[in-house]
Amino acid sequence: MTDAYIFDHVRSPRGRGKSDGSLHEVTPVELLSQVLGSLRDRNELDTSRVDDVIMGVVHNQGEQASNPARVAAIHAGYAEEAAGKQLNRFCASGLEAVNSAAAQVMSGMSDLCIGGGLESMSRVPMDTVGGALAVDPQVAYGSYFVPQGISADLIASKYGFTREDVDSYAVESQRRASHARDEGYFKNSIVPIKDSLGETLLDHDECIRTGTTVDDLAKLNPSFQQIGDFGFNAVAIQRYPEVAKIDHVHHAGNSSQIVDGASAVLVGTKEVGEELGLTPRAKIVGFASTGSEPTIMLTGPAPSAKKVLKRCGMNTDDIDLFELNEAFAVVVLHYMKEMGIEHDEINVNGGAIAMGHPLGATGGMVLGTLIDEIERRDLSTGLVNLCIGGGMGTSTIIERV
Amino acid sequence: MSKNIKMNIDQNGIAVIEIDVQDRPMNVITVDFADDFKNCVEQVLGDEKIIGAVVTSAKNDFMAGADLKTMLPSLIGLGDASAMAERVIESHKVNRAMETGGKPFVAAINGTALGGGLEITLSCHHRIAADRKDAVLGLPEVMVGLLPGGGGTQRLPRIIGIQPALELMTQGKHLKPQQAMAMGIVNELAAPDELLSKAKQWILDGGKAVQPWDKKGFKVPGGFDPNTKGTIQMFSVVNAMVAKNTNHNYPAPISIVSSVYEGCLLPIDKGLEIEAKYFVGLLMDPVSGNMIRSLFNNKQSADKLRARPDGVEKHTVKTLGMLGAGMMGAGIALVSARAGMKVYLLDSSLESAEKGKAYSEKYFQKSVARKKMTEEKKAEILENIIPTIDYSDLKDCDLIIEAVFENREIKADVTQKTEAVIGEDIVFASNTSTLPISGLAESSGRPHNFIGMHFFSPVERMPLVEMIMGEQSSDEALAKSLDYIAQIKKTPIVVNDSRGFYTSRVFSTSCNEANEMIKEGVNPALIENAARHAGYPVGPIAVQDETTIDLSIKIHKQSIEDLGDEYKPMSSIDVMQKMYDLGRLGKRFGGGFYEYPEGGKKFLWPGLADIYPVKEEQPDIQEIKDRLMTVQSLDAYRCLDENVLTTPDDGDLGSIFAWGFPPWTGGVFSYIDMVGIEKFVARCDDYCERFGERFEVPDSLREMADKKEKFYP
Repeated sequence: MTDAYIFDHVRSPRGRGKSDGSLHEVTPVELLSQVLGSLRDRNELDTSRVDDVIMGVVHNQGEQASNPARVAAIHAGYAEEAAGKQLNRFCASGLEAVNSAAAQVMSGMSDLCIGGGLESMSRVPMDTVGGALAVDPQVAYGSYFVPQGISADLIASKYGFTREDVDSYAVESQRRASHARDEGYFKNSIVPIKDSLGETLLDHDECIRTGTTVDDLAKLNPSFQQIGDFGFNAVAIQRYPEVAKIDHVHHAGNSSQIVDGASAVLVGTKEVGEELGLTPRAKIVGFASTGSEPTIMLTGPAPSAKKVLKRCGMNTDDIDLFELNEAFAVVVLHYMKEMGIEHDEINVNGGAIAMGHPLGATGGMVLGTLIDEIERRDLSTGLVNLCIGGGMGTSTIIERV
Repeated sequence: MSKNIKMNIDQNGIAVIEIDVQDRPMNVITVDFADDFKNCVEQVLGDEKIIGAVVTSAKNDFMAGADLKTMLPSLIGLGDASAMAERVIESHKVNRAMETGGKPFVAAINGTALGGGLEITLSCHHRIAADRKDAVLGLPEVMVGLLPGGGGTQRLPRIIGIQPALELMTQGKHLKPQQAMAMGIVNELAAPDELLSKAKQWILDGGKAVQPWDKKGFKVPGGFDPNTKGTIQMFSVVNAMVAKNTNHNYPAPISIVSSVYEGCLLPIDKGLEIEAKYFVGLLMDPVSGNMIRSLFNNKQSADKLRARPDGVEKHTVKTLGMLGAGMMGAGIALVSARAGMKVYLLDSSLESAEKGKAYSEKYFQKSVARKKMTEEKKAEILENIIPTIDYSDLKDCDLIIEAVFENREIKADVTQKTEAVIGEDIVFASNTSTLPISGLAESSGRPHNFIGMHFFSPVERMPLVEMIMGEQSSDEALAKSLDYIAQIKKTPIVVNDSRGFYTSRVFSTSCNEANEMIKEGVNPALIENAARHAGYPVGPIAVQDETTIDLSIKIHKQSIEDLGDEYKPMSSIDVMQKMYDLGRLGKRFGGGFYEYPEGGKKFLWPGLADIYPVKEEQPDIQEIKDRLMTVQSLDAYRCLDENVLTTPDDGDLGSIFAWGFPPWTGGVFSYIDMVGIEKFVARCDDYCERFGERFEVPDSLREMADKKEKFYP
């Protein structure tokens, strides 16, 4: 089997995913094109050598529909040989795209691919995209569907995480993200996004709330109480009858923020790197996805991490740093307990609670953040993980070279 | 002209189709009617002289739904699901012929139109309803586990929009004509005597013979697009609400939602096919059969006094003597006065008697505030409730009901005082819930007139009355009592005397089972959720707090006193005793198995886990559900075996309406049938070994299993 290496990665800054967000005026394809353009330019990449541009997009509708991977490559001026495809593994789409790129390389069927993702949540809002899971009565009823926020509150209720636990976690995420930004840890990987006149619209993650305290968060009302009372709490308890009641601990301050963003990771063989003058930064050791119980939904990361560790003949101690997407604070707290790891080993520069979670793009972003931090700390191995709608987990192990 | 329909053509060429189903007080859809109706529509469409048709009824009401007793068996008799679906799809054709035949059809809805009756009107191009206060419109099929299978799930949302249609059909709501008009189900209201002329006028004015959904570019009112926020949110919430309300026990509501969702995305003909398939799916499901049998057929026959002995002249209570003005007495006085009776409400002090009347005052005040009753009507009813302490007031009463304190001496005393003034042949009914009737009758000089009449609390809401025959209670006493129960519009069951009778005795077995589970270390939250998810209205632990641990221990002590060595207490009496000793006496006393924080929601008392630690390994929730329902069904069978019950029908009705045995099962005996007696016996044997001899199976049930018999054919 051929080894797959990561040569470089870039991402857009994360702009607030609303009409007042700095990236709202940028079309999704334009956003991804600028990221792809930057990856090409800073590596002086001969894009005719790119076998495939694989992009994760969750809400493939409207402007984001119909394969924006290929469309953005064309729009960015990539050589016509660079094919493109869109894939969807919900919140892990970006990481799945990198894994998919790696799989093509490892199988010997591609030399050089780009994986990553895109989500312009301000322009294709979450609640305008249907699909069967929540909406089709036979599917939703039969699978005991509840929205993710209810799943997160269910995890807290079932495993006994309190409002204070999740708020404390969120405060620390803000502190770490704020520190990392101020110290310039993200600078090298962020592509400033420009408007049509060439003026920079945004060059940093604009959602970080520096100085957030537990007292600040204590003032926020739970976000999922009302929909819980409509019936989703009852559905959650139908699936988990040992739970007496659902405690609604999550709110806007301890859940991932809604943002716009795009990411791109360059993956290829050692040989193509040598030929094109690209220096490998990390090797993709292994990756895995797994399904988990769909109603509680967000407990898939630990089993997927254990699956990939086992497959690679490794254990938790072999990993220097962990990244798990902060979809909701409780997801990380539960994961730490399951994996037996401490907070100082995971999400060391904060995460989506502070910076936002541009669904399809996030996987590429957290992977990139992990590589940068391993280099900065002069460490070796890292494991990146995302929880996923419908009850799944995806994980990837990388090793610095 | 046909047996079930009269058709006349007027001088303008308007056909008036008058539905008049033979030998039925109310029009219902029968196999014959369906044939006649089809011929009629064909005649309208085929006869050049006819320019359009008015569909109305020759009876006081327009039409109820399909005749459940004949239509469903004829469908189910086809045996094969696809054949059934084909038959249903075929039956839609007449409606489509009306809609697309090019001649205007207008429905003149002269009275109540429900189910299949309303569906016929939805196929008309225009609907006019008589503005009657006593008429209702609706699609109530969900109440018997079905969906509107005559196109209702397709036409109603296309007429009034998805959300209101879902609400009406999943809840089986009834609407007054004015409400139906406001929702857009009917197009016009008319005074009853102008209905026909208005309907004809609509045709003469050039009413269009085309349905909205047959026009190009049709859109469902209010919008329907699974890629828009409104539709996504609506369905995701509706799906969850249905799951919440049904606990996945009732298949009809989600089938209705699916039929609407899937069908409204498609052209109507395809939508009708989708509906037909969901309809047949429900027909094949045992739940609809259970609900039709118990909630419809058996209830109807109980309400019509199936159990009334022949040969006793109909007895009407004009004046009721109500002994005891406590909660039960006050409630019985309320429902009796509401039914037009004069009630002497007697208690030991005038103050107590007045307090009992005040209960009705408060209740009817609310009805007035909600505009459900006029101030005059309220005053009239209240005037008929006469508080008293004077036994001589009872002398002209047609019936006496006793609901004094559950104490033999007190009951004996009021019995004798009453019998001293009332007529020889007046029935004396005791509303005891715990004391055997034959024993109480000993204090009566006329034990043949003495009978048990067990009401449930709150009387004005609970639909059931359990009649208890003492050893000497006469058929005449029973017949007269049943006539009274019909007067107050309750559903009676009749049982023979026994400790706890039927309902109290069997109900308590699930509480005992829950307490046994607590002893075993089962998580109490899991037990409560299992019961609710099975379809009980309240968990078996919470219910003990409601009825109070105090009362359970009191009954326990009374039983020891009464029966001595013969008394076999519940196997988990030690749990009750423990709670009692700890002063956790129930909700009314501030706490029991639950804590009741002021202004907050109740939660399970954490101290319970210290006494009965929750074990690591927990049983599957299905086993908990099975145990609760099995223990009650088995004890109900013992009641049948011991002749406490005389029919499974009474057992089923009692279980659903007295203590909320999950209605989707059809009641305790329908439940055993549904599980299968053989499997039920095997389960009891297994439980007997694992959990105790309370699951021991009577030989007679084992014989039924061996012979592969059932309670219902």
